[in-house]
Amino acid sequence: MSAPTKRVEQLDRVVIRFAGDSGDGMQLTGDRFTSETAQLGNDISTLPNFPAEIRAPAGTLPGVSSFQVHFADYDILTPGDAPNVLVAMNPAALKANLADLPAGADVIVNTDEFTKRNLTKVGYAASPLEDGSLEQWSVHPVALTSMTVAALEGSGLSKKDAERAKNMFALGLLSWMYSRPYESTLRFLERKFAKRPELVAANKAAFTAGWNFGETTETFSVRYEVKPARMLPGTYRNITGNAALALGLVAAGVRSGLPVFLGAYPITPASDILHELSKHKRFGVTTMQAEDEIAAVGAALGAAYGGSLGVTTTSGPGVALKGETISLAIALELPLVIVDVQRAGPSTGMPTKTEQADLNMALYGRHGEAPLAVIAPKSPSDCFHAALEAARIALTYRTPVILLSDNYVANGSEPWLLPEVSELPDLRVEFAREPNDADGRFLPYLRDPETMARPWAIPGTPGLEHRIGGLEKADKTGDISYDPANHDFMVRTRAARIEGIPVPDVEVDDPDDNARVLVLGWGSTYGPIGAACRTLRQRGLPIAQAHLRHLSPLPANLGAVLAAYDKVVIPEMNLGQLAHVVRARYLVDAIPFNQVSGLPFTAATLESMLEDVVKNG
Amino acid sequence: MGKTLLPLTVKDFKSDQEVRWCPGCGDYAILAAVQSFMPELGIPRENIVFVSGIGCSSRFPYYMNTYGMHSIHGRAPAIATGLSTSRPDLSVWVVTGDGDALSIGGNHLIHALRRNVNLKILLFNNRIYGLTKGQYSPTSELGKITKSTPVGSADSPFNPLSLALGAEATFVARTIDSDRKHLQSVLRAAAEHEGSAFVEIYQNCNIFNDGAFELIKDPGTRDDHLIRLEQGEPITFGPEGRWSVVHPEGSFGLRVQEGGTPLRHDATVDDPAYAFALSRLSGSDLSTTPIGVFRDVTRPSYDELITKQLADAKAQATGTPEEMLTGLLHSGDTWTIL
Repeated sequence: MSAPTKRVEQLDRVVIRFAGDSGDGMQLTGDRFTSETAQLGNDISTLPNFPAEIRAPAGTLPGVSSFQVHFADYDILTPGDAPNVLVAMNPAALKANLADLPAGADVIVNTDEFTKRNLTKVGYAASPLEDGSLEQWSVHPVALTSMTVAALEGSGLSKKDAERAKNMFALGLLSWMYSRPYESTLRFLERKFAKRPELVAANKAAFTAGWNFGETTETFSVRYEVKPARMLPGTYRNITGNAALALGLVAAGVRSGLPVFLGAYPITPASDILHELSKHKRFGVTTMQAEDEIAAVGAALGAAYGGSLGVTTTSGPGVALKGETISLAIALELPLVIVDVQRAGPSTGMPTKTEQADLNMALYGRHGEAPLAVIAPKSPSDCFHAALEAARIALTYRTPVILLSDNYVANGSEPWLLPEVSELPDLRVEFAREPNDADGRFLPYLRDPETMARPWAIPGTPGLEHRIGGLEKADKTGDISYDPANHDFMVRTRAARIEGIPVPDVEVDDPDDNARVLVLGWGSTYGPIGAACRTLRQRGLPIAQAHLRHLSPLPANLGAVLAAYDKVVIPEMNLGQLAHVVRARYLVDAIPFNQVSGLPFTAATLESMLEDVVKNG
Repeated sequence: MGKTLLPLTVKDFKSDQEVRWCPGCGDYAILAAVQSFMPELGIPRENIVFVSGIGCSSRFPYYMNTYGMHSIHGRAPAIATGLSTSRPDLSVWVVTGDGDALSIGGNHLIHALRRNVNLKILLFNNRIYGLTKGQYSPTSELGKITKSTPVGSADSPFNPLSLALGAEATFVARTIDSDRKHLQSVLRAAAEHEGSAFVEIYQNCNIFNDGAFELIKDPGTRDDHLIRLEQGEPITFGPEGRWSVVHPEGSFGLRVQEGGTPLRHDATVDDPAYAFALSRLSGSDLSTTPIGVFRDVTRPSYDELITKQLADAKAQATGTPEEMLTGLLHSGDTWTIL
């Protein structure tokens, strides 16, 4: 590929959205562009957006799949509110995404797909490319499909197969436009199609044709560069939340020295964790695809009883089904990690869209007084550390822990500064080996005074044979007990031992220490809240940000933090579930700000809302 | 502490808990039979785990001085699957009832059997809900009059053995609470079986369904109705072997008739159709009820296959777990900032 000959412009940040039919390979295209961008050292944040249908009818609005990548020469917090560039592979992709495009944005359209039939499918009476309706944008018509087919003439591929490589043409063109290094993509193609050399050649040829088209055509007069971001030194990789979470669980196995047992039932958007973990058997990770959600958590609990790190991964509907078993784990006081990758509910809801509406279920969604620990990751790469933290709490305090991820962090990606394994938390645990009573008996509910955890005596340990179960147990002995005072004591003890788990204080970001308004968030809203706060501060409006990782128990300093500000605003992708907790617990008249559209907050939405609170109270 | 010294005795398997079934319950006989049979296994008691669900039978683990978990309704096979798969060194037993295993937990039962998890599943079938005080169960006969069905139940019962066989169970047997010798012989065969062993135990609930199995228990009637299956022996019953189980030509199933050439029982027949045909001889009325081992065939257990997958993967791994983890974290496209 030739050296750049066109004018080069420097940009500090760009947001590109690749959009096409769900069969057009837009996720792959976005992934590869992201990988090239990561190699260059830009900071990145990505957001895929796809329908639940695997192949909705071709060319229709419900079938549109997109991938947005935001990259910059500074550290960024979100995948970007609005794209600067839209790549639309067909009329449906154009129509479905136009509303998000600011005036002046570049639109690259695949003109080959703008046939009368395709236009009609999405309700265009006339081609928007010709009727002047796109005037506010900078439209670049490109005959992507036919140029791809022409480039592959003589490759021996059928026309249909050749057309399938059009996403690589688009990737080549965009890679040229933004001066991306392409070697990793060529290597990727060699790996992906290792068994089909003709497809390696075809996809490479399509990529090169796209690159060269950018170079030679007059449609594109400028090339752009985005310089590397200043990032902490170290080795990075780009990672999605689900992948990071799975690696965190593998790491928890290594750092605890315990085998990991995952019981899971396929469910969007959590299945990728099952897929990833199933590849890591060499670490002693067992994955069981159970017959249902209940069996999945049951098997994980059974494995935990036997001395494994028991894990189950699911989404909201699955947690609802697992509730009774989670209660059993609370009664048995065994470690268990339950991952809920939240999606829009209730019921089936919108399985591929994000929401934070399972907080109430995580905190309260069980019968009886059934407290457990709840934590939430704030970004894709943070899922790794959150998984380790969930395992740490579960193993140390012998309790189920719910890890509340969501579709936004699960499928979004960002660069991850790879940690040193030796610096990850030490999760080793001691199983009970000896009787713990003066008279040589074993008391399964005699607690460690420090952690309030009961001994973990696994089957196979001679002399510690004991029975546990869901019936109320007598303190210390664990025998069945209907004694009223004992039940009262045990209920309070179970509550106190969760409340007593030491969790780090919540940190407040109030750079000039002069803010009167605090914005409090949890989980995946960290990025957009942070971006909004940054902009407000740049505009001279002071605002403080605090973000909760631990939702049960809450950090000990939270009450004092809330009391230090005149106003507390809580943006959530639900109808105010954390706000409810904060109001009830701290008697703080927090201002809820809620969005339940299935989409993450944009920084702009939060900025204008927060600006109003800061200025007008 | 060192390993428990073998051999053990009945006493070693009795826990210090007071047994709280109703006086006269068939569960006592089963408990006694299991406790006195356990030493025969030659397994240290710390390596034995009883997992149960909910129901009268599910109190069982409390009375065994082994490891045990009294879990939640219907879920014992799922919990035991996780335990057995992750701990193939253990001998894991599931104690369940007709409501627990066949109603609320039906899904877990069939999937445990399909996977052939190395579990010994003892289903105490009393054809009634005891702990909730007398509603009909999924094995109650059609038309059963109970508290919840004052004019008779309208749903047909499961035949538990047919169900287990339909789920591809590799070991399927039936026995009776009051026949200790037979019960123990079936438990012995179940314990020796690699993979899932499903044992239906007819158990009398003297409070809510007394005498449900009287026809095959009463010395005055049982010989004309009870068919004892013995490996390699002709299947006959009644006074002087009056009745034979035969396979009429051109028929799908088996039939009981007077005289004729009886089938010779072979539990190792690979085709489950044979054991299924045997299971169909008995219905709600118990008029011809086989007991013994219906099917005992070999198929790799889930535990074994999963253990092998892990072992194979570990055999190919090099380096310490920490080194492997570092390698895993650094896999894929990485870049370095200096």
